[in-house]
Amino acid sequence: MDTTLAAATVKSPLVTVKDVEQVYLKGGGGELQVLHDVNLSLKGNEIVALLGRSGCGKSTLLRIIAGLIPPTGGTVTIGGERVEGPARQVALVFQTFALFPWLTVLENVEIGLEAQGIAPELRHKRALAAIDLIGLDGYESAYPKELSGGMRQRVGFARALVVHPKVLLMDEPFSALDVLTAETLRTDLLDLWSEGRMPISAILMVTHNIEEAVLMCDRILVFSSNPGRIVAELPVELPRPRNRLDPKFRELVDDIYARMTEKPAGKPAREGVFPGTGIAMVLPRVSPNVLAGLMEAVAADPYNGHADLPALAAGLQMEIDDLFPVADILQLLRFAEVAEGDIHLTAEGKRFVQAGFDERKGLFAQHVLTYVPLAAHIKRVLDERTSHKAHANRFRDELEDHMSEQDAEQTLRAVISFARYGEAFAYDEGSDILSLENPT
Amino acid sequence: MGISPKRAWPVLPLGLGQRGLWPNLFDVIVFIIIAAAFVALAHGAREMNEPLARLDIAPVTLDPANLPEYALRTTLRMFAAIFVSLVFTFVVGTLAAKSRKAELVIIPALDILQSVPVLGFLTFTVVFFIRLFPGSQLGAECAAIFAIFTAQAWNMAFSFYQSLRTVPSDLDEVSRHFRLSAWLRFWRLEVPFAAPGLIWNTMMSMSGGWFFVVASEAVTVGDTSFRLPGIGSWLALAIEDRDIRSVGLAVATMALVILAYDQLLFRPIVAWADKFRSEQTAAQERPRSWVFDLVRRGRVIRQLLALLAKLTVRLPVPTFPASMTIWTRLWQGRAGNIIWIVIVSAATAYALWLVADYLRANLGVNDVVGAFGLGFITLARVIILIAIASLIWVPIGVWIGLRPSVAERVQPVAQFLAAFPANVLFPVVVVVIVSLRLDPNIWLSPLMILGTQWYILFNVIAGASAFPTDLREASSLFRLRSWLWWRKAILPGIFPYYVTGALTASGGSWNASIVAEVASWGDTRLEAAGLGAFIAKATDAGDYPRVVLGIAVMSIFVVSINRLLWRPLYQLAERRFRLD
Repeated sequence: MDTTLAAATVKSPLVTVKDVEQVYLKGGGGELQVLHDVNLSLKGNEIVALLGRSGCGKSTLLRIIAGLIPPTGGTVTIGGERVEGPARQVALVFQTFALFPWLTVLENVEIGLEAQGIAPELRHKRALAAIDLIGLDGYESAYPKELSGGMRQRVGFARALVVHPKVLLMDEPFSALDVLTAETLRTDLLDLWSEGRMPISAILMVTHNIEEAVLMCDRILVFSSNPGRIVAELPVELPRPRNRLDPKFRELVDDIYARMTEKPAGKPAREGVFPGTGIAMVLPRVSPNVLAGLMEAVAADPYNGHADLPALAAGLQMEIDDLFPVADILQLLRFAEVAEGDIHLTAEGKRFVQAGFDERKGLFAQHVLTYVPLAAHIKRVLDERTSHKAHANRFRDELEDHMSEQDAEQTLRAVISFARYGEAFAYDEGSDILSLENPT
Repeated sequence: MGISPKRAWPVLPLGLGQRGLWPNLFDVIVFIIIAAAFVALAHGAREMNEPLARLDIAPVTLDPANLPEYALRTTLRMFAAIFVSLVFTFVVGTLAAKSRKAELVIIPALDILQSVPVLGFLTFTVVFFIRLFPGSQLGAECAAIFAIFTAQAWNMAFSFYQSLRTVPSDLDEVSRHFRLSAWLRFWRLEVPFAAPGLIWNTMMSMSGGWFFVVASEAVTVGDTSFRLPGIGSWLALAIEDRDIRSVGLAVATMALVILAYDQLLFRPIVAWADKFRSEQTAAQERPRSWVFDLVRRGRVIRQLLALLAKLTVRLPVPTFPASMTIWTRLWQGRAGNIIWIVIVSAATAYALWLVADYLRANLGVNDVVGAFGLGFITLARVIILIAIASLIWVPIGVWIGLRPSVAERVQPVAQFLAAFPANVLFPVVVVVIVSLRLDPNIWLSPLMILGTQWYILFNVIAGASAFPTDLREASSLFRLRSWLWWRKAILPGIFPYYVTGALTASGGSWNASIVAEVASWGDTRLEAAGLGAFIAKATDAGDYPRVVLGIAVMSIFVVSINRLLWRPLYQLAERRFRLD
């Protein structure tokens, strides 16, 4: 019996996530489904990516696995133990590094061991070994604020590794770093991993960077939003070390781009990308100038109105997290079409690019009032009132029936910034009043 | 004072960060309970008319040789009080931050208690403490220390509570993720994070404390009176004897003491606490202290400090056994909430009855109306004085703040003046009023703001120093001149700082009114009509019902002004005029 149990432990996955659901209560009494029906498993000796756009719930899932957030439904099992509360066998690396500014590098690394009540001498020894492993020797007595971002994240890695977790969880660990630093750190981490020098059995990382996922992982789980769920599982079978310029690498990246720009089925084609419908659509804050800038970039050489999103992103030195909301808004406004990882300008989009300043404003206002339901709604209310004025709270309350307070504010701000650009209606921040008249 | 909130956003004063202007139900409930506590104390005090004649205190003499010892004893009282305040802060602040039930009662209580005139506490507690240690000086000492404590504790506890509530979420996650025990979390995360705000508030509290350490050493409450050896008693005696030379000596000693504790204690602490600031960037301008540099270089002291740090974290802490879970679960569940609400409601009902009964038995409606009338007179004084002080100090502060070389020299002086207990200077002013036969109703008033106006000055200096160079350059480029420049550029720029300074000055002035509206020089007694004089007179006469009434009315005034004036201004400042 003992042998079967042992065999079962070897075969059974390290981490099992079963039927996880996450629901938050909203201000207006409604519910917001963040995660729906999430199932995944993590085996020994693999690096797995959770890839998705920001706000899709992938970080929430990581925290559920770490036991920091209890799921509304479903279970997480790590090494045969059900997770209830902060899990012992995992260690988390944070996007923001999350170092204690008042502790030295050594003290920061020791904190997890200190919490376990390990004797100071042993603690010291293990911490120094981890610091050594991650390439931080010489910095033991430095404070985090004296270090560069890359060095800070190394402290984050050392702090996670020193507790000897079975699974290393990483929440966008490289996204707060500049390009060069991030690449160095990735390479160092992969070297340690392939040489088997890290005391861990598997890595689960959250990222929105497609190339990063393809570069580092054995398996990619593509996440979709509203509600967050896994829509695709892609094995990455390229040999290591991987080359970003390898055609197979590019092919895989393009394929994932296409999957991530796929339109969800069963929803109005254009609105589907944003959560909610009609005036309840949650809009990201994108500056009208950025919209204009992207249209100009797509219209210009070498794209001439039709661009491959990964190439465009690389050319503009943007990440998909920055690019997607812009493309989505352009699509909503019918200035562009996005499909299968490509963006192309509509006739109206091309007209916008060629127009002068005043004509641009007119065209933009017209599209905003036609295709953004909330903008149309506000305009209608302002038109109907004899004073042509309305308190912004009136709309805020209305939005909060459908979405969180924060989303409502963000959406309203987005629409106000569009309306201001197109001079569709005005807003006075001091009095918090929307009106039809522009300040004279 | 050691630091100013240079560059950083001014430290949030008590309660102003909260939303909502109108008192909620819990404010009212807590107010009633506090009033009832005073009633109960007053009742107990009257029960025991034990004269203090038997109190064995060495008489205070005006011998300069005694002055160093008196200064030392005054200072020791001060530090005893600050220690008690810190313990109170850690316990009460933590409780309020961790327990929703406790928070509902503690936070309004802190808000109200801090606006209760501190001397009001003295009246009740003196008798209580003296009875606690019959026939010994210890009772009087405790009463004095408690009085100082009441001037210090509330804003410290509130600052700590606010820090605990705003612990960065990623650091909170790290602590939970690595399963730090509550004790380790307290010393590794919560106390370090709260340290900068707490230290700043402790320094503010020290200033308030000096003011009352002087007032609380020589106490007369009805038949009870005593003089503890200290600078305050020295001063009281000097006033009685009309000895202007001794007053001068007291002022000089006080100045030396404050200078010493600033240099030897607070500056090193501030320099050391710089590492607790949670911004991740290296500061452009770090607070410096020569004492701190000495300590840092000396190995022995450094190792002592390290040992101390280790001891705090390693102290054995009782961990609660799991068997308590049934009760914990009951308490934390719905049933617990209901029980809590029942307890609070019952306490409120009883308190309301107690207060109403006491007031009805001892006071008429006329007294209440009269007290409110006097309150409005004092209010008018505070408003006019703040306005005059602003007109004087804002232009001067801006002028100084825009000239870094001047600001560097003036700022410590302004902070020193704010920390200096102005009541030490009162006799000098009284001598002038008496000799020139001036109207006390007008000329006693400036005393209220004598010590507190400096808050306006040094906050404005800090604001003007922080005014961005590019905005200054833009203004001169566009030739913004005189009034337009004031209105469009610098006044909005310093506004948040000014609000912080003005509201601190206003709160301090209310408190000072009890000392400032009545002043004496030998047998000459000057009095201005006002709520402060009303409380002072009632205290001298041992007229407890009127003391309770006066304190309650003053609290209502201060709380209302905070809610109706300062909180909206503060929110406006935060929303519109923030420069970072």
